[in-house]
Amino acid sequence: MPRALPYLLLLPASLFLLVFFFYPFGLVIVESLTRGGEWTTENFSRMTGHWKFSSAFWNTIWLTAIVVPVQLVMALVMASVVQKLKTGRSGLLYIFAIPLGISDLAAGLIWLAIFEQSGFLNSILHAMGVVDQPRLFLGYQSIWVIFLAVCLAEIWRATAIMMVIIVAGMGLIPKEYNEAAEVFGATRWQRFIKVTLPLLRPSLQTALILRILMAFEVFAVVVALGGTTLPVLMGETFQWQFQLQDRGVAAAYAMVILGLSVAFSLVVLRLLHVPKGARI
Amino acid sequence: MSDVTPPAPRPEEVGRAGRFLFWAGIGLLVLWVLVPIWFLFVNALSAPSEVTSFPKRLWPSFDMASLQFFWNFQGVTRALWNSVKVAVLTMILSIGMGAPAGYALSRFDFPGKEFFRVLVIMTRAFPLPLLALPLAVMFIRTGLDDTVLGLALVHAMLALPFAVLITYSLFSGIPVELEEAAWTLGCTRFQAFVKVVLPLALPGIAASAVFAFVISWNEVFAAAVLTIENRTLTAFLLQSLNVSPLPLKFAGGAALVLPALIFIFAVRKYLFAMWGIANR
Repeated sequence: MPRALPYLLLLPASLFLLVFFFYPFGLVIVESLTRGGEWTTENFSRMTGHWKFSSAFWNTIWLTAIVVPVQLVMALVMASVVQKLKTGRSGLLYIFAIPLGISDLAAGLIWLAIFEQSGFLNSILHAMGVVDQPRLFLGYQSIWVIFLAVCLAEIWRATAIMMVIIVAGMGLIPKEYNEAAEVFGATRWQRFIKVTLPLLRPSLQTALILRILMAFEVFAVVVALGGTTLPVLMGETFQWQFQLQDRGVAAAYAMVILGLSVAFSLVVLRLLHVPKGARI
Repeated sequence: MSDVTPPAPRPEEVGRAGRFLFWAGIGLLVLWVLVPIWFLFVNALSAPSEVTSFPKRLWPSFDMASLQFFWNFQGVTRALWNSVKVAVLTMILSIGMGAPAGYALSRFDFPGKEFFRVLVIMTRAFPLPLLALPLAVMFIRTGLDDTVLGLALVHAMLALPFAVLITYSLFSGIPVELEEAAWTLGCTRFQAFVKVVLPLALPGIAASAVFAFVISWNEVFAAAVLTIENRTLTAFLLQSLNVSPLPLKFAGGAALVLPALIFIFAVRKYLFAMWGIANR
């Protein structure tokens, strides 16, 4: 009995993972490669043949490429600031962490309140005398403004998650390393680059993987701000599943997102590899 | 000409300027996080006619008409109630399965332990909301389609990896010696767990349960794919985005944000411990 106990405790979670993780992923792979019960790549050719595919793909990639580096820098700044604080630390941390609890849909609506035609951006511009009439920001004539609004909303919403991981990681770095560097005359910047950042690699790894995955899954923010004007991969998946009722192509889209996620996770793991012996 | 060169600023002046910049930076970051949320609540707490008017005031009129309109809108109360039901079920399912697994990982050494741990961590490299696509078919076959339980199962899959890793670190933080002392005093393994370990771990478990609740409460994609009649609040808001008037959107957004704010505040003490350790 004692020997079986750990396995019994793991059983519910393992069974659940099997039924609701491995089995459905098997299904989605099969679904993307079959059509009407036959093995085919038609789902993929239909997907790539559709005029929205390449813009959805590149919009997603560009969003990730712009948003994630900005967030990494902001999260590092926020974490360093919090580290230096002596009073009011927990209050500031709570404020910085607030967006962590806010759903992507709500974040989209929050930024809609700013960017819509009678919204706060127009009101502020009007009060400053920049515009006399409210301007339409989120129309299809100016996709780049929608793109910018989505970027801002994403940066606003999801920096917190990286910040929290980085703050926790910084807490694990022994103070002695930094003190030693200080004794040898390293400036604050040198200490940050040569001591803190390298020791932070495991946390950076986690933060980047989580964040890049979330960026590939961007959906509700885009729908809230631009409807279907700005196509992204997850939005197209939803469209094919729901509006066009074509599960095969939706599954093909899912495979693209999955492939991107796994590929980029591996890249991050490789770039920020920490040898076993060098961990703290 | 050497007397023309300005005198180098004294160190204390540099320090003062630096401190000013530091606090100004903190102030900017705090505004960056809080002002957008403020705008959303200004809209939610103003009358519908004010929400669509231009230019806007930066202070709400505390007119409840928008919220009333939202509350009385067809299907809103039902969606809210569904959101609560799904989130509570998610909480129970993920902790119910995750906590035993976390306990097993922290207290036993057994073959396959590392495999299970890596498996759980690995699930994070997959875009989990996509699971909703194949599961939609599976649920139609089993009669779980468009039910609260079906969606809760998918949300539990999102929350389970966190529940396992968080409870793992929680139980690891409670010394085994306490349990062993209880055994020598005649407690069975189960009694020792209930009387000694559980009271110590309960606040942390409650915090991770709240976390599971927030994950479910905020989830958009799977909810929108899997529910038609029994929509959650996020699914309801998403699917009525292109038909609903602005006041409804903003009141709905505020209804989404408020519980999340309260919950994050409730677990703020555990936020960093949970993310920091669970993510290594």
